[in-house]
Amino acid sequence: MNPRQLRLGFILATAGMLLALVLPVSGEAAVSWSARPIAPALMLAAALLFATSAWSGGSKAVALGLAGALCGAATTLVMLADPAIAGSAAAGFWAIVLAVWLAAALCVMQLATIRPRAELVRRALDLAVPLLFGAVVFYLWEVVVRGFGVSPVIMPAPSAAAARFAASLPILGGDFVQTFVRGVLIGYVIGCGAGLLVAIVAQRFEFLGRGLLPLGNFFSALPLVGVAPIMVMWFGFDWPSKAAVVTLVTFFPMLVNALAGLSSAGHMERDLMRSYGADHRQTLIKLYLPAALPFIFNALKINATLALIGAIVAEFFGTPTQGIGFRISTEAGRMAIDMVWAEIALAAIAGMAFYGLVALAERATTFWHPSYRT
Amino acid sequence: MTNSALALPEPVAGALKRRPLVQRYAPIATIVLVLIAVWYVAAVLMNLSLVRDGFEREETPYTVSDLLAGTMSAERPLLPAPHQVISGFADSVFGYSPMAPRSLVYHSAVTLSATLLGFALGALLGIALALMIVHSRVLAKSLLPWIICSQMVPILALAPIFIVALGAMGLQGLLPKAIISAYLCFFPIAIGMVKGLNASDPMQLDLMRTWSATPRQVLSKLRWPSAIPFLFASLKVAISISLIGAIVAELPTGGEAGIGARLLAGSYYGQTIQIWTALLAAALLASGLIGLVDIAEKITGLRMGARP
Repeated sequence: MNPRQLRLGFILATAGMLLALVLPVSGEAAVSWSARPIAPALMLAAALLFATSAWSGGSKAVALGLAGALCGAATTLVMLADPAIAGSAAAGFWAIVLAVWLAAALCVMQLATIRPRAELVRRALDLAVPLLFGAVVFYLWEVVVRGFGVSPVIMPAPSAAAARFAASLPILGGDFVQTFVRGVLIGYVIGCGAGLLVAIVAQRFEFLGRGLLPLGNFFSALPLVGVAPIMVMWFGFDWPSKAAVVTLVTFFPMLVNALAGLSSAGHMERDLMRSYGADHRQTLIKLYLPAALPFIFNALKINATLALIGAIVAEFFGTPTQGIGFRISTEAGRMAIDMVWAEIALAAIAGMAFYGLVALAERATTFWHPSYRT
Repeated sequence: MTNSALALPEPVAGALKRRPLVQRYAPIATIVLVLIAVWYVAAVLMNLSLVRDGFEREETPYTVSDLLAGTMSAERPLLPAPHQVISGFADSVFGYSPMAPRSLVYHSAVTLSATLLGFALGALLGIALALMIVHSRVLAKSLLPWIICSQMVPILALAPIFIVALGAMGLQGLLPKAIISAYLCFFPIAIGMVKGLNASDPMQLDLMRTWSATPRQVLSKLRWPSAIPFLFASLKVAISISLIGAIVAELPTGGEAGIGARLLAGSYYGQTIQIWTALLAAALLASGLIGLVDIAEKITGLRMGARP
């Protein structure tokens, strides 16, 4: 993006902020600024910051623009506390929102085009850009939902879901233990472990491997979560049935990937092991398994998401009165959508943490692999 | 996910070329037969106490062979024997007219339509996202991490909300299910296509630059053709995921029709055979859909000049 576009964008943002001072903010009644002097003060500050960043350019413009966007965002949030504005926001309000959006988008674009030399700065930027993007999305969600007064039954504001999350920590903790610690983790360990063991056996006996590989490929493409009702029938409502579904769902991806990984060791290395007189166990531990690690971690990552989905789906077929899937379906039935979103946030955090841990373990154990060497 | 897996040692590969059919299918057939045998044994063992209780309740004398026969033909077995599943399947496919609510053809068609619509939406979304990401550094840096994060979220947990929200907007029936299945299946396509569109040879990209090709020409003449293998690989993953999405989306909707609804009804009323036939139908659908994508890949490959 060239500097002239950047300048034009910030001038537009300034104009939006100034326009908001003139245009009506609420569709219902005239809102007097004297009751809330902080709102116009913040608006003026934001307009000023945008204007200066329009004239400065470069990384200074990004910093000033971000400060202005923060001021603008704070203005809208202060205004939304006013019941006359929330739900019936008018042109002035949306002018601020648009200005904030424009400024934030300009900053994100500018940040994304910077290519710093220092490794640390580049990493920080790689983290900051998506975080900023996400913050803008959440801000827009919040403002649109509250500004238009969207019914909480359809779509609650993220702040409402966050408040509900904070208010019902004990329930969420219980659900987390039930679904994640008992259902997902146990099933994941059993399923991945069994898949790996069978792959090791199948690699030893070639006939078995040639039969299992196509079957494993076939089964991992099937909608295996469908066995959930059968597992509930066999193992009861509590966590064993969930763990069983997770076991089944995670088994085949692990089998297929581990088989591929175990046979990925090169001919040269195999010959070398033979010339050392290594027996099969030694070759397995020193050559085949390390060579298979990238494949195994690939399966572990695929399975991390599959496992959570499997456990939640299995809970749709019957649970004791806790668990993420149970809570989601009952609270959705009671139209308590903010609680549903809180549960989804819980599942998302758990899923990301799980995935992150697997990725960290991968980094720690396969640092020698070409894809990590720089 | 990984098809090019088993690197066979040389002599075996040679034998494969000579007698491909026997060599390739003998191990598979053996394992399938063993699995079926295990299934029968498991069916006997699991249904034994059920059948024995039945006999004792009616106080009729019974022999071992009566017991065995009972385990093979129980009406609500814990584990139906394979032939029960197959005859139940044949019965519900051919026993009713295709539009009857008891016919599995009808339910499969409902699920299939949601799957295909969701797959089409997801494929379009995935390809569009990949095109945008490949051409814009801003989007690559800001959007891509969120797309990856979105897969860490168990998306199926969103299904009930989608249903409620879309229902409030007056959307019912096919579309909510298709949207859920699109949401599930866009990801592998987007990621695969980003990889594929970036996979063209740097030399060839330089060549395009020396010809002063516009970005659109580079896309249509170089990037897109070189992304086609990636596209089909991810389409195969995506279509099985989109079937899963359609089936699971039928659970919280309490839908009256569809394979998911059959599963749910079967689990409510303890109709095990119905659950297993629905599962069989889902498996057949999945393999059929993947086979179709496979054929499409072959045809496209031939059109683009690949050697058969």
